[in-house]
Amino acid sequence: MFNFFLLILIYSGIYALMALGQNIITGYGGLLSLTQAGFFAIGSYATAILTTRFGWSFWATLPAALILSAFFGLLIGLPTLRLKGDYLAIATLGFGEIVRNVLNNWDSVTRGPMGIQRIPMPDLFGFTINPYKKYAFLVMVFVFVGIAYFIFQRLARSRMGRALSAVREDEIAAQSMGINITTYKVFAFILGASVAGLAGSLQAVFSLSVTPGTYTFMVSVMVLCMVVLGGMGNFKASILGAFIIQLISYFPQLTGLSSVIPPQFKQILFGLILVVMMIWRPQGLLGREETRYGKKVAKSRKGGAR
Amino acid sequence: MILLETEALTRAYGGVVAVNKVDFVVESGLITGLIGPNGAGKTTLFNNMTGLDVPSSGKVFFNKKNITGLPAHTICRMGIARTFQNIRLFKELTVVENVMIGRHFKTGKSETKGRFLNAINSYVHMKQEEEQIYEKACDWLDFFGMASMKNELAKNLPYGRQRELEIARALATDPKLLFLDEPAAGMNPQETDHLMATIRKIRDLDITVVLIEHDMKLVMNICDTITVLNYGQKLAQGTPREIKHNPSVIEAYLGKEEE
Repeated sequence: MFNFFLLILIYSGIYALMALGQNIITGYGGLLSLTQAGFFAIGSYATAILTTRFGWSFWATLPAALILSAFFGLLIGLPTLRLKGDYLAIATLGFGEIVRNVLNNWDSVTRGPMGIQRIPMPDLFGFTINPYKKYAFLVMVFVFVGIAYFIFQRLARSRMGRALSAVREDEIAAQSMGINITTYKVFAFILGASVAGLAGSLQAVFSLSVTPGTYTFMVSVMVLCMVVLGGMGNFKASILGAFIIQLISYFPQLTGLSSVIPPQFKQILFGLILVVMMIWRPQGLLGREETRYGKKVAKSRKGGAR
Repeated sequence: MILLETEALTRAYGGVVAVNKVDFVVESGLITGLIGPNGAGKTTLFNNMTGLDVPSSGKVFFNKKNITGLPAHTICRMGIARTFQNIRLFKELTVVENVMIGRHFKTGKSETKGRFLNAINSYVHMKQEEEQIYEKACDWLDFFGMASMKNELAKNLPYGRQRELEIARALATDPKLLFLDEPAAGMNPQETDHLMATIRKIRDLDITVVLIEHDMKLVMNICDTITVLNYGQKLAQGTPREIKHNPSVIEAYLGKEEE
């Protein structure tokens, strides 16, 4: 039971990474993208293939997974630059499906629907991070979440974050202020994709096997739900959203009611929560993060230090 | 000295020629007015000069450099800033943040040599950079007497203030040339008077101003030279006095007198 709770925490952490990336793309850049599952899969398979086929250590595959998914982020970011809103959502959704279909059919590399098993456990200075003994793994996941949060928060609070907000608010005005909107949109995609790839790597060494069935369209939707539920443009909220959504989706198993409550129940609950949120709190649980130059600053400025 | 010049600039949308072989000249240090009836192609001309639209033919020169077809952000970085006819503020950001965005590219080179990833690897550096952008933005807000509103959301400002904020944001890019697209639209007479004083103050900062305006009182009062467009073509060019008495301009605005 407690073990199961730890498992939910680990999954929350993995999804929190993806939600952080989604937040940079959607919350800051205002681009409604549904690609996270695709990048998640790319990261997972990068780690799975490199460790089993080429004998790389998990740590060496991490940057590889990151760079590979960032590259695909660039690849999807560039052609979809002109698309907005629903159109962008459809185009990016297509990308996720392409990735899954490739994984399903490229038997020589991905072993198709059989997936890849026996991925070695990661090991750190002789200490094996065994996913069955969950504590160490939990710590590892949350170290990554912490690092990603730290970096994203910094970026968001610099002129980069402000420029992304400008692109979200009004592209034409942003261009006329000297902001290269192409660079920033693609940059948002690259950042979002790279953390999703990282999450994928972690997922691969957590479940120790990868199959294309894990990386469905629902993953992208769930990640988007996390960001919307927590609050767009707020990284803490994305992490919180990841926890809440994960708790909800494992609620029947967690309470031992899985024999009574059908698995479809969680989708009903999802929908219900989103509808209620849209009516009562459209800005999300925490709302957009107040920037440095919001009202808080004015007070601390009088106090001298910022 | 000629700061900006267009050479037979033409913009056609299919069969509709919005701007037809216009030679438009902006002398540095002067306030240039661009007037004409609705649909004369004034805003299209603006868009073609600031990179938001690409001319079908013809050329644009800024400081003798050919800037035809360059992207808007490059043109902005060269020193041309603009405002919009329908206010385009970053509505959900605060007033000061709006102006800070105007400083966006400045930090890259001149002020602190800050770059993209400094945000991650050097916190001190980023803070310094932010501090400088912030101070500079506050200076511009002071210029407009808006310092007390800096933490308001842009969308909550009264209309006249929103127009001023847009000008402040444009000025924050340190332009040599400022395009104002109907800055007085929707303003009451007091606000318009205030705006006229502001535009003169901007000219005194050595910034060349070009403005589209329908308020003739404003145009005749502050412009040093006026260009008139009608049906996409240049109709006349001259001092306010000359324009006022130009028969073809009178005809375009009031129609021909029946004999």
